[in-house]
Amino acid sequence: MQYMDKLTVSVSPHIHDNSSTRRIMIDVLIALVPALVASILIFGWRVALVVAVCVSSCVLFEWLFEKITKRPNTIGDYSACITGTLLAFNLPVTIPLWQAVFGSAIAIILVKQLFGGLGKNFANPAITARIVMFLAFATTMTNWYSPNEGTSLWVYPIDGVAGATPLALMYRTADTAPFAFLRSANVEGLPSIWNMFIGVRGGSLGETSNLALLVGGIYLIIRRVITWHAPLTFIAVVFVLSALLGQNPIYHLFAGGLFLGAIFMATDYVTTPQTNLGRVYFGIGAGLLTVIIRVYGSYPEGVSFAILFMNILTPYINKFTETKPLGGMKV
Amino acid sequence: MGKLMSISRPHRIRKIKGISPPHHKNTEFSKVVKLPLTAVVNIPMKMHSGKPAIPIVNVGQDVKVGQLIGEMGGYVSAPIHSSVSGCVQSINMHDAVTGQDSVSITIASDGLQTMYPDIKPPKVTTLQEFYDAVRDSGTVGLGGAGFPAAPKLAIKNLDELDYILINGAECEPYVTSDTRAMVADYKNVYGGVKLLLEYMKPRKKIYICIEDNKPEAIRVMEEVFADEEKVEVFVLPTSYPQGERKVLVYNVTGRIVPEGARLADVGVIVTNVTTIAVFARYIATGIPLINKIVTVDGSAVRNPQNLLVPIGTPIRELFDFCGGFPDGEPRRIIVGGPMMGYAQPSLDAPIVKTTNCVLACHETDDAALMLTACIKCGRCLTACPMRLMPPNIESAYSIKNYDALKHFKVNMCVECGSCAYVCPAKRPLVQVMQLSKEALWLQK
Repeated sequence: MQYMDKLTVSVSPHIHDNSSTRRIMIDVLIALVPALVASILIFGWRVALVVAVCVSSCVLFEWLFEKITKRPNTIGDYSACITGTLLAFNLPVTIPLWQAVFGSAIAIILVKQLFGGLGKNFANPAITARIVMFLAFATTMTNWYSPNEGTSLWVYPIDGVAGATPLALMYRTADTAPFAFLRSANVEGLPSIWNMFIGVRGGSLGETSNLALLVGGIYLIIRRVITWHAPLTFIAVVFVLSALLGQNPIYHLFAGGLFLGAIFMATDYVTTPQTNLGRVYFGIGAGLLTVIIRVYGSYPEGVSFAILFMNILTPYINKFTETKPLGGMKV
Repeated sequence: MGKLMSISRPHRIRKIKGISPPHHKNTEFSKVVKLPLTAVVNIPMKMHSGKPAIPIVNVGQDVKVGQLIGEMGGYVSAPIHSSVSGCVQSINMHDAVTGQDSVSITIASDGLQTMYPDIKPPKVTTLQEFYDAVRDSGTVGLGGAGFPAAPKLAIKNLDELDYILINGAECEPYVTSDTRAMVADYKNVYGGVKLLLEYMKPRKKIYICIEDNKPEAIRVMEEVFADEEKVEVFVLPTSYPQGERKVLVYNVTGRIVPEGARLADVGVIVTNVTTIAVFARYIATGIPLINKIVTVDGSAVRNPQNLLVPIGTPIRELFDFCGGFPDGEPRRIIVGGPMMGYAQPSLDAPIVKTTNCVLACHETDDAALMLTACIKCGRCLTACPMRLMPPNIESAYSIKNYDALKHFKVNMCVECGSCAYVCPAKRPLVQVMQLSKEALWLQK
């Protein structure tokens, strides 16, 4: 038998679509660009510095860990860049840089690599690192700057005032009587709904511009990187439940980290359910927890805790939403 | 078409959507050309599922076209006939396209193509004679699976048979041999359908199932069966794997075939369109299955086209006839379509009964195949026509958890390759499915 030199003999199928892990990660990074631009416009150039520090230290920690443990180098899949960007988006613009580096180490080494790297971690690295930092650096992590309206946003230090996030303001003064939102929900110091939608308010540097996050989310849905199931149910449940509990639902939508969490964290493949039905359950659960923590808990922001909690439930949701094979019989 | 689509939908179900690989039906309109005779053919005794055939000729013996050279090795088996006239050179083990060995009869052609004198149309007046004729024709499932046609048609509950689906979906990219059979060999397709109507007597309908990217075949079949009340052309959306038998049954009749059951248990038979044309030809003329329409295509081939090829011809001859490889040696040779075909290490493999396509391609997609860890995106779950969970099967296989493999129904995988096609991490999922099935089988 005469063999030919160049022939590749591989298992079927012999064609694949043009998707790749790297391509998906690049799409997510592209989807984060509008929010990054908005954040720089709102909070100034230090945003770029914090993001750069987080991304480069995440990539560095991943490379180092894999070097030391003699594992294949995976920084080329860009997942560490996403973790870095998302972590930065969860920090206040004033965060000391060494704390950002510390958070990156938590995200990459503790949450991701120690569990086996990409695809194996059970919790979202950026969210978990944010929570660790929130507990460790309570002061710097809640040092919010409120950008002033109408002033130049291009200069650093930003022309803003130290203040609370709108959610924290609401938290202090919220009227918990049922359907209070039907009355005017004007809490003193709250920015207007439009300003909250475009992001001119205090908060974590990447969470404020709901408009930019939404643009990124629509891009990801069009590119079929994510499905609408988890984000939409998450946001819808927060809206409905906060309204039922007598809060102003619009503020619950736009005033905290809901859009960032729902669009970019509740859709992380690895730590959320695989099936669309499972994703709906994830969104519902995260929405319920977010509102309960925001309204009854001692923290103003519930999104990150809710997502972490649902991350832990994800294997059980997956178990619960196993597909039924076509015509399959019971074993 | 609009009228056709509306009357072809007797029910409303949520159809299995499948995936959408590029069609590449480049040879859709290429007329079937007869391949000139080759010097030596090499006919394997295992070209079907079930027991291999047993050679009944000796080395040195003269054989004629259509002469029986291998008799059935069991009930689920098929007889094999010589595709050339000439002299038996050797009877040896030979590599088959699937990589397994098979006893093969090598025949040197005398170039005369003398027909075997005993060839005459069989007498078919009863159901049993019809089954016998289908068996003697050597017909096997020509869609690719190669299940012998006679045991497939000889169902126990014939009185409960509602539908016969003639599978002309041809959902694999590149392949157009069934399309050409429907267009050029429509007389035998018609003859086959008439035989099924006469002897099998389905209670409801015979559907000719064609994907909507084959307008010529749809038009011809519509015309041919215009006067047949019980026969209808069923136009299906183009998606992969539309022609998989359980998918086809579900998308056309809405019936779900239970695991482990035969299609006949839900009152349906699916048979490939070329298959029925082959046994119809045998019953009309006495010529058994000795040649096959094969699509020759791929980026490395100068003139892609459809050829009528004697069974046993080495694939090298087909590529040579189609102008060879003008841009140098190809990187991949595939027998079958790109989704389920077999990659070849050489050009020596013979055309067998189930071969419908040979491809030679310059591009390999290794460059795109950046294997990463599973990122649990769930795309394979959406792609799987059987609604299995490939990632769960993969992790169960990696830790050799046989109970989990059974729980996740790896036995129901049809190996269509949809999961691996859409996988961004490029996991070798089909291989995992095959190895898992084998592991379960060995464990029994």
